[in-house]
Amino acid sequence: MSKRTGLSRYLFDRRVLDAVTQVAVVGGLCALIWYFVSNASDQLVRGGIASGFDFLWRSSGVDVPVKLIPHANASSYANLLLVGVLNTLLVSAIGIVIATVLGFAIGIARLSRNWLLARLCGAFIEFVRNIPLLFFVLAWYFVIVNMLPPLRQSLSPGAGIFLNNRGLYIPWPDQPSRFLAVPAAFLAGAVVFWLVRRWAAARRARTGRGFPVGTVGGILMLGLPLAAALGAGAASVWDVPVRGGFNFRGGIVLIPEFVAIVVALATYTAGFIAEIVRGGILAVSKGQIEAAQALGLKHGEILRLIVVPQAMRAIVPPLTSQYLNLIKNSSFGAFIAFPETVSVFLGSTLTQTGQAIEIAAITLAIYLAISLAVSALMNWYNRFVAIPTR
Amino acid sequence: MSTQTTSPARPPAVRLRALGWVRANLLATPLSAAVTLLCLWLLWQTVPGLIGWAVIDARWSGTTREACQGATGACWVFVRAWFDQFVYGFYPVDQRWRVDVAGIVFALFAAVLLWPGFPRKRVVGVVAAVAFPPACIVLLLGGWFGLPVVETRLWGGMMLTAFMAVYAGLIAVPLGILLALGRQGRLPLIRTVSVILIEFWRGVPILTVIFLASFILPLIVPAGVTVDQLARAVIALGLVIAAYMAEVVRGGLQTLPPGQAEAARALGLNYWKTTLLIVLPQALRVSIPGLVNEFIALIKNTSLVLIISLFDLLGVAHRAKSDPQWAGQGLEAYVFAGGVFWLVCFALSRYSLGLERRLGVGKR
Repeated sequence: MSKRTGLSRYLFDRRVLDAVTQVAVVGGLCALIWYFVSNASDQLVRGGIASGFDFLWRSSGVDVPVKLIPHANASSYANLLLVGVLNTLLVSAIGIVIATVLGFAIGIARLSRNWLLARLCGAFIEFVRNIPLLFFVLAWYFVIVNMLPPLRQSLSPGAGIFLNNRGLYIPWPDQPSRFLAVPAAFLAGAVVFWLVRRWAAARRARTGRGFPVGTVGGILMLGLPLAAALGAGAASVWDVPVRGGFNFRGGIVLIPEFVAIVVALATYTAGFIAEIVRGGILAVSKGQIEAAQALGLKHGEILRLIVVPQAMRAIVPPLTSQYLNLIKNSSFGAFIAFPETVSVFLGSTLTQTGQAIEIAAITLAIYLAISLAVSALMNWYNRFVAIPTR
Repeated sequence: MSTQTTSPARPPAVRLRALGWVRANLLATPLSAAVTLLCLWLLWQTVPGLIGWAVIDARWSGTTREACQGATGACWVFVRAWFDQFVYGFYPVDQRWRVDVAGIVFALFAAVLLWPGFPRKRVVGVVAAVAFPPACIVLLLGGWFGLPVVETRLWGGMMLTAFMAVYAGLIAVPLGILLALGRQGRLPLIRTVSVILIEFWRGVPILTVIFLASFILPLIVPAGVTVDQLARAVIALGLVIAAYMAEVVRGGLQTLPPGQAEAARALGLNYWKTTLLIVLPQALRVSIPGLVNEFIALIKNTSLVLIISLFDLLGVAHRAKSDPQWAGQGLEAYVFAGGVFWLVCFALSRYSLGLERRLGVGKR
């Protein structure tokens, strides 16, 4: 084999080749981006389109029907954006809670030994997974607006809840802030549970005596918030909707757009979560369960100590991406004019100001920030359920 | 010691096999029986009503809204009246044969390529990937060979759904493979660029990307150049799905033992030969079911182009709803479009499951 000499020795050196390849690719990308930016600035100058973020502080002239913070026609675009982002978060949070509960229930029921229940759940999963989410959003909206009875013939399951083609009317407490006790109780329960678990593990290591950690955890993390909710409900004065001549008085109304997007998101994502849960449970190898039975563990203990911890390991990572999908999919609200981020910002604001690049940057940054925050949270949770490695 | 052989006891006679099955699968415990009853009640509440709406009380024949006057069920006459638009969108009637030809050729290619063990698949595949896409655009768009131009804003329905899924897929698969290779490669700068691109496209909603592509793409090309609205949508879909496909391919690459690539290098193959001849064929084999699943997601996501006023199958249904001649109808159109989507996606997902089983993925 001839030895390369002189310049060619450097040209064919792996380090040199690597460096050249990388510089070429990155340089090419930078050149492309620079080309796009220069074109864009040319076009902006020619089109006389303003640039910069000053528009955020101008009055928007847009009002929206659903808002968690005060907003009026005269409020700024920045305020409108905030209203939209909060609505995105609201719809996502409600959707995630319902989708998780429904998805776990359906995923577990799919594995039921009852043939009929398993088949029904399977049919539901196959139904929602193979149809575009947009179909559900548009169809639910259509059904609510066009096919539910008018005000006078509202459907009512009792308890001051009414459903008609103008939305869902529900009672509302006089001071909703009392219900902040519920998440506070959950957090407190979680902290206490964590301390109890540490103490129980230490005592087991010292004395070998067990402690019903699971039961106590359940009481702390489910029972405490439930008690807080009941307490807050009992302390509140409820404003119950009463049918008037042309509309309901009292309570609040969840508009059809809101109900449609939440129901569509929750049921659609539940189908995907159910598959993940089913897969996670099936991923626990049979030998694990048989070994636990051989050790004499009871059925409940096998579930709690052997199946659930191992299944959660397989469930949490894909569950995270489903949560992220649900948050991103809440942008479908734009199709039915539900005032979430895309609808108020990419829709109304872009049409009025024409500042596409700034608006694009802000919108994408918001979704990226939410996505990163949720993945960080779920990764943190995943550390608890993952196999401990050294 | 007895020398006599005793005949083994006969198994208990199964008297009523069906009854035994019902007992074991529907009435095993009191709880199970209660669940069965609840399920039956749920079915009784919904199924007869649905069948009544969709079949018994539905109107099937006729051409105008009057045919559905007073019907309590679905008005399928409405879907029939709009059927051509569901297939061709607003493509000129006398030019629709072009869509038919493109569809038939596409179906033939798809049948050959999906057929397990069809001879000379590689040749067919190369023709399908290289010659068919440009030829199909020429045929549908026109302007050459005396074909009149049909602007893309007239395209719609199933034809547009299929077109966008196929062309966005053609962008997404190669780009996804490149991104995955970049992410798994050993060059740190390229790895960083790949990770940033993948995580960026996966972190933002497809809807915003489509929406923004229609506003940003015209800005970043030189003045005077116009990018067709449909092209913008296809590029946006392709870029986003590429990031998702990259993660699937990465999963495939990770299942490959590093010894494969090391052995190839030891034999003197360079990077591209190692990748193309040794790594990718094995990695893609594992990734194909996942790629089909991403393709299903792509098909479902094509309906998002409604936001930039392109009307795919679901978009046509949405538009049909506001047809003044059929005021008050609408759900039938959605149900029809949803049903077609379901059939296609369900068939593909079953195909992907079959592939998974045939390739023995997950049993390594």
